[in-house]
Amino acid sequence: MKAFLLYRDRDFDVQQQLPFNEGDLSQDLELGTLFQAMAGEDRFLFDVAKKALFLAFSSDPDTIRYRQDILKDCLNNPSVARELYDLAVQSIENEKKVYFGIFRDHPSTILHRSLDVMQMFVGALKRLRAIAVEQEAKFGSEGMTRLFAMLRRELNERYFAEIQDHLRRLKFREGLLISAELDKGNKGTNYILRKPPQKEQRWLKRIFARKKPFYTLFISERDESGSKALSEIKDKGINLAANALAQSNDHIVSFFSMLRVELAFYIGCLNLHERLKQRGGPICFPAALAPGAGGIAFKGLYDACLALSVDHGVVGNDMNADHKDLVVITGANQGGKSTFLRSIGLAQLLMQCGMFVPAEYYRAGVCGGLFTHFKREEDAAMNSGKLEEELKRMSEIVDRLKADSLLLLNESFAATNEREGSEIAHQIISALLEKRVKIFYVTHLYEFAHGFYEGQKEQAVFLRAERQANGERTFKILEGPPLDTSFGEDLYRRIFPNGGSAFP
Amino acid sequence: MAFFSILYPKCESRAETESSEQPAFFKDLNLDQIVAAVTAGRQEYRLQPFFHVSLKDIDAIHYRQEIMRDLQDNVLLGHIQSFARTMRAMREHLAQAAKLYYERQKKAWFVNAMELYCDAVQSLARDLRLVELKSRGLLASRDYVNDYIRTERFTALLSGIRSLRAELSSIKFCLLIRDNSITVRSYESETDYSVEVAETFAKFRQGAVKDYTVKFLSWPEMNHVEAGILDLVAKLHPEVFAHLDEFCSRHTDYLDETIEVFDREVQFYAAYLEFIQRLKEAGLKFCYPEICADRKDIYSLEGFDLALASKLVQENSAVVCNDFYLKDKERIFIVSGPNQGGKTTFARAFGQMHYLASVGCPVPGAKARLFLFDGLFTHFEQEEDIARLRGKLQDDLLRMYDILKRCTPNSIIIINEIFSSTTLKDAIFLSRKIMEKILQLDALCVCVTFIVELAALSEKTVSMVSSVAPDNPTLRTYKISRKPADGLAYAVAIAEKYRLTFRQLRERLKP
Repeated sequence: MKAFLLYRDRDFDVQQQLPFNEGDLSQDLELGTLFQAMAGEDRFLFDVAKKALFLAFSSDPDTIRYRQDILKDCLNNPSVARELYDLAVQSIENEKKVYFGIFRDHPSTILHRSLDVMQMFVGALKRLRAIAVEQEAKFGSEGMTRLFAMLRRELNERYFAEIQDHLRRLKFREGLLISAELDKGNKGTNYILRKPPQKEQRWLKRIFARKKPFYTLFISERDESGSKALSEIKDKGINLAANALAQSNDHIVSFFSMLRVELAFYIGCLNLHERLKQRGGPICFPAALAPGAGGIAFKGLYDACLALSVDHGVVGNDMNADHKDLVVITGANQGGKSTFLRSIGLAQLLMQCGMFVPAEYYRAGVCGGLFTHFKREEDAAMNSGKLEEELKRMSEIVDRLKADSLLLLNESFAATNEREGSEIAHQIISALLEKRVKIFYVTHLYEFAHGFYEGQKEQAVFLRAERQANGERTFKILEGPPLDTSFGEDLYRRIFPNGGSAFP
Repeated sequence: MAFFSILYPKCESRAETESSEQPAFFKDLNLDQIVAAVTAGRQEYRLQPFFHVSLKDIDAIHYRQEIMRDLQDNVLLGHIQSFARTMRAMREHLAQAAKLYYERQKKAWFVNAMELYCDAVQSLARDLRLVELKSRGLLASRDYVNDYIRTERFTALLSGIRSLRAELSSIKFCLLIRDNSITVRSYESETDYSVEVAETFAKFRQGAVKDYTVKFLSWPEMNHVEAGILDLVAKLHPEVFAHLDEFCSRHTDYLDETIEVFDREVQFYAAYLEFIQRLKEAGLKFCYPEICADRKDIYSLEGFDLALASKLVQENSAVVCNDFYLKDKERIFIVSGPNQGGKTTFARAFGQMHYLASVGCPVPGAKARLFLFDGLFTHFEQEEDIARLRGKLQDDLLRMYDILKRCTPNSIIIINEIFSSTTLKDAIFLSRKIMEKILQLDALCVCVTFIVELAALSEKTVSMVSSVAPDNPTLRTYKISRKPADGLAYAVAIAEKYRLTFRQLRERLKP
């Protein structure tokens, strides 16, 4: 039995290695804010959200739609989703509470505990089935429909009766039947628990009534070592049965755990949805295209993390970069370029893991990897110069880049003079474009941007942070050719009100 | 079938070996260390006595050398070792059988021992057929084993074990345990209930989970409940257990003496070959020496002290090899030179090589011709023994006298630094006297001494000198070579190091 709520045909692998640039992505896209919104104080929700987001690059458009449908179901029936989740959490917690006892290395102890645990699980499984039967009609997604149908089919009355029968037999009220052989030293070995041949009670009597010979040995009540020896034979006999039951419990725990993990993702989505709704920004389910099937296009896209952390509305941007692999963003300082870049990365992540996107409309091809190369603080260890550090990081990224990866560059290669920086940038960008890497590049390297604009305009989209004539920023990113100033002067004037003349 | 020994072409020589003591010179030559290292881990075979008796006839030495050569084939040696392992397992089973309390268990272990024995013998017969043998000893072993496995005694044992084993292993029974009673009856194909339980819950299977099966400690003994159950099982199968009883009492002395002796004696070769293998891997050479009884122009190329080499190889240090030869009338090596330069080691190596050759073993070195001695005598410096109530010089002389009294022209004498406890003048006088006796005898001798005068005593003496590296005199080379003993080389080298030679001093003192 599998929940299969994140993939149509497989479990969500929580052990999977996160991408090497997990730290960079978190920092550059400010994902902490997002995870926080999805999880609240719940560590578990936090971890699952993080895993799901970072592992989003393995999913295809089909998986994305599969999750979108389930998420829509959950948004329509939040209380049912939360009840299922709570049931999974509760069952896992309850299992931990069942006392193991001191002699946990005796099969009889293991069996005894396993019987208690299984009895508890039977209750939880019955409840699970009941939810499925009651709520099934309200769900339309393939994933939820399949889950409910499976629960109804597998956890039927006959099955529960079968479990009860085992739980009763394993108490051995009628005695134990164990087969054995002789080892090479004539010692009993290979003790195997046998099912008594008759299906109901009284099998004991029938054994004794038969013609075939049997002999009986009695252990005296005062014979302590004899009783111990007898217990050991019994223990050897029930060893495998105790193991089977204990492992079954573990499998049920695993089932609930997987159900919990996979539901946790949707619970996180529900939480985020509530938070974003409160902010009043638009939310949509994006259209995910196969890689290379079309460029990126959006309307009213905003940075969800920014929206979650400020108390005013945030600006949305529009763009259509069909058949363009490079987007060059230039323009005013503090004009919203970094925010824009973040909103792209974040939207792509959210889309790829099957979530809604903070926009009125979002459409993009699925990409095989997301990489950020943002300007960093000076290397604390002083091991390498800044440009060297940047290039080293770039090289690590290049090691892992594939066609259809998405690369977000924020003022990269600016740690040298403009001419050199531009040359480096030009060479790197040109090479990556040949490999069909999707690039968003925020840059002040005018020579680079201008050169590209003059020479390879048809490959790229050029955007500019808007600056009104009075120097005010609107935080709107609009199409426009690169300018040879980033209006640093404006910023300077704002920070030094008298043009610096206030200084003696 | 005729008994034979893998150690002696004539098996009457075996008897005296068992009671032999460690020869007197073992300690001086560090042969005790070598034998201890060779036989380590093989205590059960009591191999030491075989190393304590040197052979007096060349054919007996050749008999062993041939076998050693055959066994240098790793495939064959592997077969012999696998035979030894099975025989060892058999002995362990017998020992266990003796320790057990319940009769039906004892017998089972006894049958197991017999089964191992049959297996060992049959495998040995098969394995020996598959290899090429040249030695008289191993060819005879092959014939013996081949004949033996066809004897009625062996075939009856084998078939008896097979049928008994089949009967016992087919027994399968059921225990019905209720309160404090155990009922035993035959197994009647009841289904495995654990499997059924696992099947019920199979639908929840999610991947690997913890294994909850408890590992029970197991030991051969059984408790009285198990014994009681076994008795009831015996009641269910009376004919099988009657067969067991009858078989065991019929075959109490199943072991063949020649096979048993072979198992022990062949370990003499295995032990030595295994020991030198480690040294060979470190690049040291071993050879089968030519043994001569009627000439004394012996030689050895790249020989070394086996006891020292064994230690050095363990420490990954280099081993220095030395050559020696005697020609024409030469009989005596006078070894002199700086201390710690390898003189004693050279003397020991000389003694070890001759001794090891005399028990039929390959000896250190690339090539050698060695003398078949009738006696080997050593005179090494000894700690003063208060209990003897006599002075050291006197003690030295008494020991020397004893040696000279017993030795013949065909003996080997090794003398290490005697008369060091008297004045030089006395020492020279006494040494001359002793050497004259040995020269008269015409015996082979190695004499380590600081008295360089001895080196040129006669045409029968050869001077060997230990040396140091010229550019760094504190570094010993441990090379011992034939050259006149002038007692100077070392002093000059040290002077050079401190730039105090004549030339150096002149140079330094130039205005």
